Amino acid sequence: MITSFPKLLAATAITLKLLSASLFFGLFLGLFFAILRLNKNKFINKFAYGYSYVFRGTPLLVQIFIIYFGLGQIEYLRTTFLWVILKEPYWCAIIAFTLNTGAYTSEILRSAFQTIKPGIVEAGKSLGISNKIIFYKIQIPIAIRQSLPAYGNEIILMMKGTSLASTVTLMDLTGVAKYIISTTFKPIEVFIVAGGIYLFMTFIIHNVIKYLEKKYSFQ
Amino acid sequence: MELLAFGKSGWGDELFYATLMTIAVSVTAMFIGFFFALIFTPLKLSKHKFLNLIGNFYTTVIRGVPELLVIYLFFFGGSGAIMYVASIFGYYEYIEINAFITGAVAIGIISGAYSTEVFRGAIQSIDKGQFEAAKVLGVNKFVQFYKIILPQMLRLAIPNLSNVWQITLKDTSLISVTGLVEIMRQSYIAAGSTRDPLFFYSFAAVLYLLLTYVSMKLINKLEARYSRGY
Repeated sequence: MITSFPKLLAATAITLKLLSASLFFGLFLGLFFAILRLNKNKFINKFAYGYSYVFRGTPLLVQIFIIYFGLGQIEYLRTTFLWVILKEPYWCAIIAFTLNTGAYTSEILRSAFQTIKPGIVEAGKSLGISNKIIFYKIQIPIAIRQSLPAYGNEIILMMKGTSLASTVTLMDLTGVAKYIISTTFKPIEVFIVAGGIYLFMTFIIHNVIKYLEKKYSFQ
Repeated sequence: MELLAFGKSGWGDELFYATLMTIAVSVTAMFIGFFFALIFTPLKLSKHKFLNLIGNFYTTVIRGVPELLVIYLFFFGGSGAIMYVASIFGYYEYIEINAFITGAVAIGIISGAYSTEVFRGAIQSIDKGQFEAAKVLGVNKFVQFYKIILPQMLRLAIPNLSNVWQITLKDTSLISVTGLVEIMRQSYIAAGSTRDPLFFYSFAAVLYLLLTYVSMKLINKLEARYSRGY
């Protein structure tokens, strides 16, 4: 139990890297698709809805497998520069996680934008503020505050999702835990240590979000 | 298309049975989850500090640890634990638990943690007056729960339970690591033997989408039924 701890802790670094990279890219992707969802053009709207529907309706495992095993099959891709990225399981996992969290984030942000009272936007307009500034300085800050609790849950879900990287040969926290279990046959001890590390991360994320919620509350 | 043919030449029938397996595991896991929720919801609502702690421990740990890790715990630790219990009763032979049961129990425990949270929220949002009115009318606790609280609670819980169902359905894809032949495992086998992973994993995604779509439609009907009178 004690000997496995340093190995598991080292693997946590990969888990955190995967998590932060996919959250970073996913946030931009989510914002982009949330804006598309609010577009009045029916086609653009349907496209954004389709994206979030497909990625939220299928398991993350399928998405990783399609990207890691499936895309390599297309001969054309192998000749382009994309292949440099797609042959690495690390980047495949990040792409899959980004697309997945982007879909959930777009839904969270969309509903946050929709709960902003139209009066706030109108007030900005009547003060002669340009549409761009209304969007960046008024709508986005309010939407971020509105979506914080839901986004906190999404971060925790994504942290748990990074465990799937172990299925495409990456040695993240779960990957190393599985390896130690299958070599030592001590599932309970390893589960307690690895689970404890995950719980600790959940605890930190939970409290950071709580702090931010308090900081950005309207009162 | 010939890849999906039924019979020996294609993978159509195998994938069909695999889909049935996914449905069977999900439904079993969901019911195991309800069973756990039935135990842990009262604990979470209990005023007794120790019982409350047990309830919170269950939902916090299960919801804070990756599903895959829980599945590995059951996959590698399940038969060992059963054999230990059996050895107390004097049975020392090797016991292997079937992959279906391991998977359904593991996913069931996960799904139970989410169901517990849903039930707790639903019970807490029922007006306190309902409990008091039942007490004043001299209704016993059993009738109070089944005839007064449960019907109201279900209406509030169904939308959130439908989320739990979606999570459970998608989580069953993780059982494929234990070798149970459900959609994901069957696609893995088919992709390996035909060297066409893109097609089979995309088809698996379509099957999951179909399952989530159909179940959404059914749940919406159920929701309409329980919302009669509102």
